[in-house]
Formats: sequence, structure tokens, C-alpha cells
Amino acid sequence: MTTELSVSLWRGAQNGRYETYRVPQRSSQTVLDVVTFVQRHIDPTLSYRFACRVGVCGSCAMTVNGKPRWTCRTHVAKVAGRGKLEIGPLENLPVIKDLATDMQPFFEKWQRAKGAFAPTQTRNDPIAQIKPDTPSRKAADAAIECINCGVCYAACDTVRWNADYLGPAALTRAWTLLNDERDGGNIARLQAIAGTGGCHACHSHQSCQELCPQALNPTVAIAALKRRTAAAYLKGEIKV
Amino acid sequence: MNVRLYLWQRATAAVMAPLVLVHIAVIFYATRQGMSAADILSRTRDSFAWAAFYGLFVLAVSIHAAIGVRNILIEWTPLPERRVDACIVFFGLVLAVLGFRAVAAVVLW
Repeated sequence: MTTELSVSLWRGAQNGRYETYRVPQRSSQTVLDVVTFVQRHIDPTLSYRFACRVGVCGSCAMTVNGKPRWTCRTHVAKVAGRGKLEIGPLENLPVIKDLATDMQPFFEKWQRAKGAFAPTQTRNDPIAQIKPDTPSRKAADAAIECINCGVCYAACDTVRWNADYLGPAALTRAWTLLNDERDGGNIARLQAIAGTGGCHACHSHQSCQELCPQALNPTVAIAALKRRTAAAYLKGEIKV
Repeated sequence: MNVRLYLWQRATAAVMAPLVLVHIAVIFYATRQGMSAADILSRTRDSFAWAAFYGLFVLAVSIHAAIGVRNILIEWTPLPERRVDACIVFFGLVLAVLGFRAVAAVVLW
């Protein structure tokens, strides 16, 4: 087993470059551990983003050996072929500095896809009784564990090619809310995702579902959105 | 792509699927029978059925291919959407004119 890792880290902003560091290899070491080691022991000016370190907050996603991954739950032993790691910022997002990307376009697309809950009741109404075994609730539950890490967005070819495309995370969020019977914003939501850059831009390459750290399947959600928007359009509920 | 173009592309694909199968079967039949161009033309000339079959085919192809090329242009070129739309309308019309000209050639003359 190699006792030292050769770690190339992206340094600088959009026009930066990779710099290589030597990091001791340890058992059960995560990619986030490696990045943290560099910052604490080699170069304190290294910028990166993390919070919980246990796969809940979704803030530590980076490109690891060419693939977007949540670094806090990615073991070095599983991804470092021949003791080498290349760690860069997430793709398809502007780089602020080093490994930190600007997530603003990602969350703006959540807004465009009407990813905010539109309540139909007030806090004074009785709590809605939602049966967990209805088809719509099951569909909502299947996609609700998204942690907004941006891995699917960085993995998506369509996002790379089409700047307007809302992306897998925003569309999966829209699908979750469409299936939430407490939500009242579905016509506006269908309208928002039926236009240019909406769900119909997806080519079903499925990189999103292959790399989603939560094992969600945005491709299924997007396919369902295509059917739902098509039906709404044919019924005249939405226009393009 | 928006939902309207999506529906047009899926609908034209659904139209084309059986037409392609019949078209391939016709090609196999014609080549296996050793039919000459004159033999084929004698059967297609003045045939409303073949004119309708290939006319529908040309129409579906022109719409379907134009929408597909639109997606490619939007994703692979820096052209603005309005210019892409102008390009694909032209492309679809060219396909339709060429296709209908070919249909007329085997049905009318």
C-alpha cells in the first residue's frame, strides 16, 4: 500500500491550474480529509467548502479524479488509483477560488423551477393528514432526500451544453412538490419547467442518477415531468 | 426544447416508426424481386396510396429532423435561439421540398 498520496489540487479561479502536494495516506481516509490536511499542514490559503463532514449538508462536493463526488463520504481507497488524486472544483459552475464554486446559478435555477413550497393552508389550519402509501406520496418520498450538493448538476452533459437548462436537482425538486398534495403551485410550476431549458431539454444520459450520492434518480423524475407537462399542455392548462 | 416541440418530435417519431418498417420491407421486396426502375415506376405512377404514404413520410421527417437539428445547434453552437429557429425552418423546408419533389417524381411522371 502506498504510504503517501500524490494530490493535485485546483488552485486559483477559472483560469487557475493544478498544483501537486504530497499527503500521507491513512486508513479510512476521505477525500475531504486529504483536502483538509493540505490546508492545515501545507498551504493555509487553500479555499474549499464543507460543514457537516457526515454527508448531510451537501456543501463539500468537488470533482475527484474526473467525477463529481461528495468528498466527506468518498473514501480515498475507493477512488485513488495508484495513490493519485486530482481534486478540482465542481464543473458547470463558476469557480470562486480553488475548490469553492459559486452555487448561485444552481440555486437560481431552483427558483426558476418553482422549487419553493406553495402552501394552501395557514398555520391556523389543522395539520394535513398525508397517507404515506399513496402513489403521489411515494413519488415525492423517492426524491425528497436531495441535499443540494450539486453533484448531479456538475455531472450533467446537458447543463454543460445548454446554459438555460434547469438541471437535474431543480427538476427533481419540482417533481417532489408536484407530488405533494399540500402544495398549490403546480400549474405555475409546470409552466416554468415546460419552456426553453425545462425538462424537455434532458437527453436521459443518466449521469445524475449514476453519481447522485443519495442514490436518487433524477432521470426518472424528469421523465415523469415530461409526461406531466405534455398532458397539461394538451389539456390547455399551460402555454409555451 | 419546449413542450410543444417535444410533442411534435414524439408525434412525428410515432408516425415514422411504422412507415420506416414498411419502407424497409418495400426495399427488400424490390431488390429481392430484381425489379428494375421501370418496374417500380410502373407501380408507383398515378398511385394515390404511394403518394400519401411517402408524402406523410416526408412531412414527418421534415418536422422531426428539423427539431433534432435545432437541439444540436442550440447545444453545440453559440448561435442565439432566434437565429437557430430561422435556420431550422429553412432546413425543414429544404427537406420538405426535396422530399416532395422525389415523391412527385415517382408518382406523377
